[in-house]
Amino acid sequence: MSATFTKSMARNVFYGGGVFFFLLFLALTFDTMKVLPTRDNSQNITPAVAHGKKIWETNNCIGCHTLLGEGAYFAPELGNVYKRRGPDFIKAWIKGQPTGMPGRRQMPQFNLSDADIDDVIAFLKYASEINTNKWPPNIEG
Amino acid sequence: MKYQSQAVAKLYFIAAIGLFLGQILFGLIMGLQYVVGDFLFPAIPFNVARMVHTNLLIVWLLFGFMGASYFLIPEESETELFSPKLAIITFWVFLAAGAITVLGYLLVPYASLAKWTGNDLLNTMGREFLEQPLPTKVGIVLVALSWLFNITMTMLKGRKTAISLVLTLGMLGLAVFFLFSFYNPVNLVKDKFYWWWVVHLWVEGVWELILGAMLAFVLIKVTGVDREVVEKWLYVIITMTLVTGIIGTGHHYYWIGTPAYWQWWGSVFSALEPIPFFMMTVFAFNMVNKRRREHPNKAAVLWALGTSVMAFLGAGVWGFLHTLAPVNYYAHGTQLTAAHGHLAFYGAYALVVLTMISYAMPIIRGRAANPERAQIMEMWSFWLMTVSIFFITLFLTGAGIVQIWLQRISATPMSFMAVQDQIAIFYWAREAAGLVFLIGLLLYITSFFVKGESRAFE
Repeated sequence: MSATFTKSMARNVFYGGGVFFFLLFLALTFDTMKVLPTRDNSQNITPAVAHGKKIWETNNCIGCHTLLGEGAYFAPELGNVYKRRGPDFIKAWIKGQPTGMPGRRQMPQFNLSDADIDDVIAFLKYASEINTNKWPPNIEG
Repeated sequence: MKYQSQAVAKLYFIAAIGLFLGQILFGLIMGLQYVVGDFLFPAIPFNVARMVHTNLLIVWLLFGFMGASYFLIPEESETELFSPKLAIITFWVFLAAGAITVLGYLLVPYASLAKWTGNDLLNTMGREFLEQPLPTKVGIVLVALSWLFNITMTMLKGRKTAISLVLTLGMLGLAVFFLFSFYNPVNLVKDKFYWWWVVHLWVEGVWELILGAMLAFVLIKVTGVDREVVEKWLYVIITMTLVTGIIGTGHHYYWIGTPAYWQWWGSVFSALEPIPFFMMTVFAFNMVNKRRREHPNKAAVLWALGTSVMAFLGAGVWGFLHTLAPVNYYAHGTQLTAAHGHLAFYGAYALVVLTMISYAMPIIRGRAANPERAQIMEMWSFWLMTVSIFFITLFLTGAGIVQIWLQRISATPMSFMAVQDQIAIFYWAREAAGLVFLIGLLLYITSFFVKGESRAFE
């Protein structure tokens, strides 16, 4: 690199650039938080949804599944599973695990109560109604 | 070794390598579960194996960063470490916390673990990579603070170089952004939004400062190139990292409920994210070409050059592959993401830690470089691991492309599980490459025990 561009100039550009773009990021974050209520379906967060999210988390569902495309890639996307399968199927599915079919991927039995499963389903319904800019491309997730 | 206290790094390096081995073993278990679904079920379900695999990765890299900085900072600051005792205590605390956490994952149902560790007080568990129980999370903060304190105090009493400043800044960022792991709102969109402040701002932000500083340090040492030149490069590279990487966070905000304008911000800035990695490659080769000395540690030079190339391929090229919003619309959350994750973590972070270990470990053991035979074995392990992770990446990329086609583009889209059956051949090939990786790693570990005549210090 040329000798006219000194190390202290490089350092100043680093600090200046870092701070500038972090502030820009904060500004975008601020705007996002302002716009979010029109998109994030937060008006439908009920105590059941909140409890469902907790059950989702404390059973580490994200360790196999994706939710809005994020998580592990071992089992189906669940951000839109409410629309793909419906509540009755989801309930029966969770209760019926593991299938025990030889050689097939197995989902553990989490021993959830009926009320707990209903809350998980409420959470998945809420998730399926978030405005995701039309992702996923089709119902298969 | 110039300063006695640098020796504490050895503990950290040994732990890092041990946990690295654990990570790979669990990776192989998961890889097999992809094709033999009920392998080890219900003893080790996939989600548990994955938690262990990813958490061990994070922890061994942190051990590596810490060990590297305890070696690097005293030498840069030209003074003994502020408190070697604190570094040793921190080591055992972190190792014990890590071991108990992993045992908890393996032996206790996750829901019970959550209940027993106070998750009801503050809900933080059950999110990807942030699965640690609350006490472990608090422990990580304390360990990071102790590390930061020790390093900062060392630097304050000695010479302040650009390398040590950048490294410390990276560590400060690491500690600060980890605090967002304690924020878990019920609102899923906000939860995901700030989750990335830990995950993205770590690996595509502040960790790159640590990476840059470590690479710059080793390059100065093995090439003898003027510090002014190296540090100027370092500043320019990390400037580009922050300029592209911070707003580049937007490439995670396309489909999670955040406003559509992130598709523009994320695409444009993250498309530029390969630039700092490309500069890093140019930088590393340039420095080695302009070297003023022939360092006897040839293996360390290989690891350093390997880091720059593989980080560019994994983080740069494979990241770019699916970062533009119209592409990501189809690629999001597929095996393509997994392909990128594997090569990027190996290329950027696993390799830079191994570079530091390769350079520092012989010195800690009282010689400038390892015996010829040990170095040759070490270089073989570099090639075995690097080539096999590259093949893992290629196979997962193949799996991802077919998956995208069958599940998302085809006029008659197939279901997720039906597609998984169709791409099983890629998973088998990935598992085979994984076994080669394990052989490479075992060879790497063996290389530490090879005896022979070693070069003394010049």
